[in-house]
Amino acid sequence: MKADAPPKLSFWRKSLNARSALLYLFPSILLFAVFIFYPMFRTIYLSFFLTDQQGAAALFVGLENYAYLFESKEFRNSIKATVLFVLYTVPTGVIIALFLALIANERLKGIGFFRTVYSSTMGISVAASSVVWLFLFHPSIGMFNRLLNVMNLPGVQWLLDPDWALVSISISTIWMNIGFSFLILLGGLQNIDEYLYESARIDGAGYWYQLRRITIPMLSPTLFFIITISLINAFQTFGQVDILTKGGPSQATNLIVYSIYREAFVNYQFGTASAQAVFLFICILIVTILQFKLGEKKVHYQ
Amino acid sequence: MMMSTPKKILFYILLVISAFLVFFPVLYAFMISFMSGGEILQGKFFPESIHFDNYVKVFDRLPLMNYLINSFVVSFGVMLGQLVVCSLAAYAFVFIPFKGRDFIFFLFISTMMIPWEATMIPNFFTIQKLDWMNTYQGLTVPFFALAFGTFLLRQHFKTIPKELHEAAEVAGLGKFAFFWRVILPVSKTSLVTLGAYGFLTTWNMYLWPLLVTSTDQVRTVQIGLKQLQSQEVATEWGVVMAGVIVVIIPTLLLLFAGQKQLQKGLTQGALK
Repeated sequence: MKADAPPKLSFWRKSLNARSALLYLFPSILLFAVFIFYPMFRTIYLSFFLTDQQGAAALFVGLENYAYLFESKEFRNSIKATVLFVLYTVPTGVIIALFLALIANERLKGIGFFRTVYSSTMGISVAASSVVWLFLFHPSIGMFNRLLNVMNLPGVQWLLDPDWALVSISISTIWMNIGFSFLILLGGLQNIDEYLYESARIDGAGYWYQLRRITIPMLSPTLFFIITISLINAFQTFGQVDILTKGGPSQATNLIVYSIYREAFVNYQFGTASAQAVFLFICILIVTILQFKLGEKKVHYQ
Repeated sequence: MMMSTPKKILFYILLVISAFLVFFPVLYAFMISFMSGGEILQGKFFPESIHFDNYVKVFDRLPLMNYLINSFVVSFGVMLGQLVVCSLAAYAFVFIPFKGRDFIFFLFISTMMIPWEATMIPNFFTIQKLDWMNTYQGLTVPFFALAFGTFLLRQHFKTIPKELHEAAEVAGLGKFAFFWRVILPVSKTSLVTLGAYGFLTTWNMYLWPLLVTSTDQVRTVQIGLKQLQSQEVATEWGVVMAGVIVVIIPTLLLLFAGQKQLQKGLTQGALK
């Protein structure tokens, strides 16, 4: 014990590790501070103000931006569209990816090829996918209406009909997300101990029994994770809306991030746009906290 | 385990049909990129002949070469930046015990709860104030720090035996030398995974480049696609699809090469 050593020196020495650690952490901390923490606080701050064209706070209005939003038909419509979009895309997307992961997890010749194909949509950007889907949805020369035509059914105005536009955006989004979800779920399946299946087989358990009693329970942390990520991704959707519908027709596809984008960078209403951004932040925060709370026991983060 | 033959056939049928459905949009786009306007109107699936007119045209219509170079520079930039920044942070978390580590760790986790879109308005003004509009810095620097990347590398660093650290200290290797000469070389696979992930996500980025580029100077290919689509929609789908194919080839190749690695890395970084 060196209790009588000069306290200054000992603090300097004791903090040696802390100082060098901070040196290594400095780039991350600086960048997080400038590009995540500061702008988050700034967004919250701006949401209480009316702003000028340069985005500077001009007039304090308290909660009026929020009050205005929740009264505005446009924003309520945007929330409704976002919620519907989540409902259309998340369950279907996860189920399709799970199906693909299950059939691609069998030990068969050439399975690597199929895995590559199923994960391929992950390598295709939102902009590229959207352009391709724009063509598939084309009212006269698009593939969907040609197919309907062949079956003697009337064509659908996929992107122009307010009743269909959100469904169309959802279909294309599900396709875009298949690759990532598939890859994560396949990883989860491969982590399941082969031993479990062997003993089940010895007991004479069939495919469906194994799926219900072993695969799904063992995969639940991964499923849980991919559902959360899909939810968050759905809230953050932008590119496909911008290219396929521009939020229309009659705002049927004006998802929340698109709405923020328009409010800020088209209408220059940075105050109300910030209030919408805070709302988005709270929604995603709730999803994340739910994930932490519910997934705590099964999923480890450290 | 050996599967019975009928079961095998059933699985192959499911696999093939699913593969066709999943890959159809890309395959169709590829076919269309070789078609003339007339063929597209007729609704054919296979082009009459393989010719590259549309590809020549798309490079004529847009400064596509320029955009491709920009996308490469930006994606490589973010990739390198992320590797440096994340590996430094991960090293500190694993190998330097210090007071306040839990707090800093919590700070890192909390960044994952803030959606990037919720911060984009002030970030846009920050870039404007720094005079980084239409620059490579503006497109890259905000993405260098990444909690997910730090955790991914931290996960791998933790598997490195403590003895190696002790041996390095005995040998008189300083912290940075240990990091640079020992840790990084043995972590190649995780670094490659994170690198591929960073490249892929940056290449495909859409909203941020849309905000911070207003001239063709540093514009990326994704914004090029938007321009192409709004210019050409009514007329030449073949040219548009040629653009799409050019844009997706680099990332598809990267994905095909690194699919296994990426899958392992993503599952680890996400779940452990």
